[in-house]
Amino acid sequence: MRKALVLLATLVLSAAFAQNSVEIFSWWAGDEGPALEALIKQYETDHPGVEVINATVTGGSGVNARAVLKTRMLGGDPPDSFQVHAGQELIGTWVVADRMEDLTSLFKEQGWLTAFPQGLLDLISTDKGIWSVPVNIHRSNVLWYVPANLEKWGVTVPADWNEFVTTTCPALRTAGVTPLVIGENWTVQHLWESVAVAEMGPDGWRGLWDGSVAFDSPEAQAVWETFDKVLACTNADFTGLSWQQATDRVANGQAAFNVMGDWAAGYMATTLGLEPGTGFAWAASPGTDGVFILLADSFGLPKGAPDRDNALAWLELVGSKKGQDIFNPLKGSISPRLDSDLSKYNAYGKSAAADYQSDTQVGSLVHGAVANETFMSDFATVMETFLSNRDAAEAASLAAELAGRAHIGN
Amino acid sequence: MKLHGDRVTAFLMLLPSLILLAIFVYGFIGRTAYVSTTDWGSNPAQALALEPQLEPVGAANYVGLFTSRFNARFRQDLVNTFFFTLFFLVGCLGLGLGLAILLDQRVRGEAVFRTIFLFPFALAFIVTGTIWRWMLQPQGGLNVLPTLVGLPKLELPWLTTRQQVWRFDWRHLPAYLAVIVALVLLIFAWRAWRNQRRGRGATLGVVALALGVWGGFGAPGLTFLPYSELHGFNVAFIGIVLAAVWQMSGYTMALYLAGLRGVPEELREAARSDGASEWQLYRHVILPLLGPITLSAMIILGHISLKIFDLIWAMAGSDNAVTDVPALLMYLRTFRGNQFAEGAAIAMVLLVMVAAVIVPYLWTSLRSEVRR
Repeated sequence: MRKALVLLATLVLSAAFAQNSVEIFSWWAGDEGPALEALIKQYETDHPGVEVINATVTGGSGVNARAVLKTRMLGGDPPDSFQVHAGQELIGTWVVADRMEDLTSLFKEQGWLTAFPQGLLDLISTDKGIWSVPVNIHRSNVLWYVPANLEKWGVTVPADWNEFVTTTCPALRTAGVTPLVIGENWTVQHLWESVAVAEMGPDGWRGLWDGSVAFDSPEAQAVWETFDKVLACTNADFTGLSWQQATDRVANGQAAFNVMGDWAAGYMATTLGLEPGTGFAWAASPGTDGVFILLADSFGLPKGAPDRDNALAWLELVGSKKGQDIFNPLKGSISPRLDSDLSKYNAYGKSAAADYQSDTQVGSLVHGAVANETFMSDFATVMETFLSNRDAAEAASLAAELAGRAHIGN
Repeated sequence: MKLHGDRVTAFLMLLPSLILLAIFVYGFIGRTAYVSTTDWGSNPAQALALEPQLEPVGAANYVGLFTSRFNARFRQDLVNTFFFTLFFLVGCLGLGLGLAILLDQRVRGEAVFRTIFLFPFALAFIVTGTIWRWMLQPQGGLNVLPTLVGLPKLELPWLTTRQQVWRFDWRHLPAYLAVIVALVLLIFAWRAWRNQRRGRGATLGVVALALGVWGGFGAPGLTFLPYSELHGFNVAFIGIVLAAVWQMSGYTMALYLAGLRGVPEELREAARSDGASEWQLYRHVILPLLGPITLSAMIILGHISLKIFDLIWAMAGSDNAVTDVPALLMYLRTFRGNQFAEGAAIAMVLLVMVAAVIVPYLWTSLRSEVRR
């Protein structure tokens, strides 16, 4: 008994006084766990004697992790570094509240100002600094399909939404398949952002977020009108479907197309065992050829991090070519650096990396790049209202009201 | 007055829990009430600051919940809660009582049935929710059950439907409420009149009539909203009611069974020898004796249904506004949207709703204890 107590006391003390550790807070577990672990292993090799505390809170795209992080930050107990979607999810939430350290000097010192493309740097910066180190890039506007099935049903990949609604959709309805499969609320929002970028163009889309285009302007309302027609070509039972279940329907021939981020490539190649290019294929979502709607995971440095120096060393690894080439092939994403080693990626990764370097880059709404948490959270409500009443004018005015509540564009 | 030693001991023994209650229940209620009167969250620069500067805004958050266009979702949530509570109570009480009466017929293997019926109650709502989400998938579960006996597959959409029935205009709510209250008052007036308390009966009757007439004309002078806003019963809730009733009716059965066993055999015998049929025996002897049980069951089930969160989270997800309730919205607004003050206001509305169910019950039970 006494021994156990002594042991316990030692453990508690060593945890409390451990000088040399670094706590990394993320939502990467399960399928994504190995990529993070490989990165941590590299860190431990480079910095022997520093213990890495891997604080993971599971839950897709960090919904649970963000709630836990909020509690810790409000309680004055920040981790040394935490995972966050690059862009406004960090800036509109933590940077405006003055809880993050400016990383501009790290970026300069490491030469990252030229290693990362300007479109991405714009997303993670404000006029007061650069706020996080991106570790990977995913693309949001990808249309997935099975080439053999399209041939069977006699359709081709639509160039824009107008073609999809007027030609592709009726043909597929006649063939008895769902033209476009959607899933639960966030996947519908995901589709919406592809439609919005296609209809408004990259400049119009950026305008929504910098305040130069109002959410209840005629062009923004037109997005909802197009979206209404697109929704008429989708499955009715979407509410209960996860994105994987939606992707399954494309793979097994119940549906023709699906718009999903490029994590779907990993799912179809690894979990479903399909061959990229023949078993499944991809194109930019209709009307967004040449535009790359991106989202990035990144790590930031909260003010008051207990092990600041170790955290900076972590960020250095996260942003390095070495770290990113370890992490991304395992995660199924591409490196945000322009000099990454493309030989390590599969067919989809190579194609995405080529597009990333040549396309116009804009940020994703659903995945945290362009709007703060207040807007992201309640945009689901706007979407639900639209799904129920299909009233484009009301959706546009609700979105405008939400933008006001969330201080978007000022 | 001399303090008895055991009184002091008793007080000291109670003190720790009194202090903990004062801080962790009433202190936090007070804190939430305070936060709900501030602007915490409306300015992103202050929402998550280390030392947020909060500005008092009075009742603005409450006014926003009940009048802003953006919060139509909250008002629909209240309607959802009303219908959910109604059907959940009716389902649990009806099924529970039915099962209890059946088990009370001295069936063979009663203990086995009792355990089976009570079993769902032992599960957490999150487990029930997950199981029922699978059962109610449109492509499988309950919908394929008929194929086992060679019938065609059902095409019920269950949780995925967006259909809404019994729609009414939120603007007319005061009128509806006035008419309902008037009807209740009329019943009280009639009772008072019958019990020889003519004065009170007449007063109540006049008040009821006035209220009824005012409500009947559409409650002029009181409008919540400047525009028309339709709300109604979301059909998707049928699946959720089904799961909740499945979980809680066994518990209600146990309550009723205890009550039925408490009815003395002599009373039944007496009724039977007076020539009462079985139906009359239940209608006039046993059911009235079960009144207090029904009341307790309604209180317990009622506050569960007002607070329901995990079941819906597991069954329909958090973003599905069709099956939303105030507790879910409170979580989303507070912890995802960082609208702390608005979340606190929703929490206070919930507290008032639960208190409206619990406090009268505590009041009457305390009063009867004092009388004893």
